[in-house]
Amino acid sequence: MKKTDLTYKSNLTRNITSRAFTIIAGIFSFIAVLPLILVLMYIIFKGGSLISWDLLVLEPQPPGDDLGSAGGIGNAIVGTFIISGIASVIAVPIGIGGGIYLAEYSKGGSFARFIRFGTNVLSGIPSIIAGVFVYSIIVVTKIFLGSTFSGLAGGIALSIIMLPTVIKTTDEGLKLVPDDLRRGALGLGASMFTTILFITLPSAFRSIATGIVLGLARAAGETAPLIFTALFSYYHITSISDIFYEMSSLSVLIYNFALEPYEAQNELAWAASFVLVILLLGMNLFSRLISKIASNK
Amino acid sequence: MTSEKNNNYVLRNRPKSEKFIDLGFKNLTIAMSAMVAIVLFAIFIVVFVESTESMGRYGLRFLITSNWNPVTDEYGAFTAIYGTLVTSIASLVIAVPLGVGTAIFITENILPEKIRDLIGLMVELLAAIPSVVLGLWAVLVMEPFIRPLLILTYKTFGWIPFFSSEPMGPGMAPAILILVIMILPIITAISRDSLNQVPIKLRQAAYGVGATRWSAIFNVILPAAISGITGGILLALGRAMGETMAVTMIIGNSNNFSWSIMSPGYTISSMLANQFGEADGSQVSSLMYAAFILMILTLAVNIFAQWIVRRLSLKY
Repeated sequence: MKKTDLTYKSNLTRNITSRAFTIIAGIFSFIAVLPLILVLMYIIFKGGSLISWDLLVLEPQPPGDDLGSAGGIGNAIVGTFIISGIASVIAVPIGIGGGIYLAEYSKGGSFARFIRFGTNVLSGIPSIIAGVFVYSIIVVTKIFLGSTFSGLAGGIALSIIMLPTVIKTTDEGLKLVPDDLRRGALGLGASMFTTILFITLPSAFRSIATGIVLGLARAAGETAPLIFTALFSYYHITSISDIFYEMSSLSVLIYNFALEPYEAQNELAWAASFVLVILLLGMNLFSRLISKIASNK
Repeated sequence: MTSEKNNNYVLRNRPKSEKFIDLGFKNLTIAMSAMVAIVLFAIFIVVFVESTESMGRYGLRFLITSNWNPVTDEYGAFTAIYGTLVTSIASLVIAVPLGVGTAIFITENILPEKIRDLIGLMVELLAAIPSVVLGLWAVLVMEPFIRPLLILTYKTFGWIPFFSSEPMGPGMAPAILILVIMILPIITAISRDSLNQVPIKLRQAAYGVGATRWSAIFNVILPAAISGITGGILLALGRAMGETMAVTMIIGNSNNFSWSIMSPGYTISSMLANQFGEADGSQVSSLMYAAFILMILTLAVNIFAQWIVRRLSLKY
């Protein structure tokens, strides 16, 4: 056998085919990344250039009043924080508790398997269905002090979106905690409750925190469940009882104002997109940072 | 002496309060995990009960008629069901090669690790951009930009029923494109995870017998990862069916049925988003019926996805 038979021949059909596929895959990933670059560029240049202090604190003006000043998105920023705050107050404890049951107490029985399956199913249900559900049981029934559309109802709808993410990451985070830690604590005479609260939960803290941040980011960007639960309001929140009334949020503001024929309102939608995207991307990168620190430990 | 020895190994006597807390905490966590099941069943029951009126009146006719008239109280959801299926399946057809191709590109040793991680991160960040923002971008930037392209398609392939109407702005075709952007990150992320889990020994064996990179990918690596990839694709299909905001903003929201993807249409979720707030009477019930259909569709896709992942997963 000649030595040249063993070297790489670049003009063989199989090698050419292989290179062609590599190029195709490269083009595909370029196409996949392109939208992110385009969308981000638009939001940063178009939305970012509109940002000013007034815009961040003022209320939006009713359409058509004065084309020069459309007001601001201050109430929507506050509303987004309040609604997603309500969502996490509901979803985080329930999610962590459910995750603790799955990882610490259940022994893989049919109930636990059913809950895990249900968690996957719940995360696959379209968010608008969660909105329709909360509309029927809370908005129509006026169950909270006779109020109909309210920030509270919006928060409850978003908590349904958050719940599966928190349960799943808590379950998976706790499963990664080595069993020796539990045995050590239990062997020293600690009760199951103390072991979970002071040993296993803190060691899984980082992956649980990652899950909460990711779930919160997903909920904060949701619009569909809010358009008929929290609805929209043009005014700032003045007191705590305002959670029983219609409440604005960045995402609903974008939806409402994107389709308005007024230029000034469209610009508010771009500005709100900028704030929302920066917020969500920040949360995503933050969660990545948390899990990176965790894996280096 | 012997009696003392026996006492050495008696278990600690747990005080009543400790037992109470332990048991109480356990039951609390059981109750919390049961919340998932309760919410799931409650959603089902509420949507079902609210739609019984419309189910009783229209029955299965609701699925195949496309008139939607609140004035005469005649409802049929065929336009929306057709729109949901066509947009989600068409977007899947475009997104699968792109997503799986990208996943292969960033798992096999084609690029330096830094660039691979960067591409992966960027695709995943795309998932963090909310649907409504993509909708805004689609309406104000993408649609005007691609309209000439769609018009060209219409002029060339207008004899095919799917392209048989002139694109006038919002419509199903731009909705399909925005759905592609939205489901790409899911397909890419899950395919990447499945490809990364393929044991390194399989690759070494394939290269060891002289396979080129792509014959190894097609014959060894992809078949080994197929269960995860299929699961991811089905998950993306479920997401595409339920996706609401971006689609509602760009699809045109029209109930006039047309085979053509160039014309405005409806999906079930966009119909809900568009009409639910102002609906009353039997229209609410009909919308709930449509919501019920959407729920059954996404549920079926999701359960099938879970089943296929368990069924196909290879054991090494």
